[in-house]
Amino acid sequence: MSQPINLGPRSWLSYRGGSGYLLWALHRVTGLGLLLFLALHIVDIFLLAFGPAAFEHLLVLYTSPPGRLMEIFLLFGVLFHAVNGLRIIVQDLFTKSWERQRHDRLIVVQLVVFLLIFLPAAWIMFGSFLESLS
Amino acid sequence: MSRRDGGGHRRPQGSGFEASAWFFMRVSGVVLLGLAVFHLFWMHFVIGVENIDFNAVAGRWEGRWGPLWRLYDLALLVFAMAHGFNGLRYVLEDYVQRPGRRLALKSIAYTLGFLLISAGAYIIFTFDSGGV
Repeated sequence: MSQPINLGPRSWLSYRGGSGYLLWALHRVTGLGLLLFLALHIVDIFLLAFGPAAFEHLLVLYTSPPGRLMEIFLLFGVLFHAVNGLRIIVQDLFTKSWERQRHDRLIVVQLVVFLLIFLPAAWIMFGSFLESLS
Repeated sequence: MSRRDGGGHRRPQGSGFEASAWFFMRVSGVVLLGLAVFHLFWMHFVIGVENIDFNAVAGRWEGRWGPLWRLYDLALLVFAMAHGFNGLRYVLEDYVQRPGRRLALKSIAYTLGFLLISAGAYIIFTFDSGGV
């Protein structure tokens, strides 16, 4: 085990430089968010054991307007974590990709792939959100 | 050569637990890239959240492909939970320095993880709509 070093809460958010750092931080935040959602999702599925009424009572959480907005965050989290994780695996396999220029280019590719999937999908979800308002 | 920090853990040396965990995160990550992303797109864009109710689940788990869907959901549950809780372990080890507190939080996390996997697996294996 490494020597305990406590730099305090401020250091948790401090910018450590490099284009990869924001991605690293987002990977953690989305990962923790997804784990939280996963816990909620297991609980709602578990309610199936208590019959239709109990199960469908909680589903209102997802079909209500706030739920429909949260759905877009869920999509963001899953897609970002997936694409960023795939990039990390690629970089683990090809160590040359850590050279600054290649790394930056890879991040541009990553963001383009992410946006190409996220934007149309989020647009559809936003439509469902507007529908849930009426 | 100018290098940049890009997220992820550098591979731990040797063949111990940490090296296995590192490797597992890559393998389960690729598995979840298929399982979780397909699950999300299927449920949200093909089925639609507003169309999911008790009968929809019954049709899925008790229909012709029911056993396969249950297996799919079980795989998704186990891989996602193992990947997620190992990720949580990394975060706890990074941020919680005091050994006692670290052990306490890890114990709570593992207990919660065990309960959630059990609850999920229980409903996947025992779900019976009663012919609704």
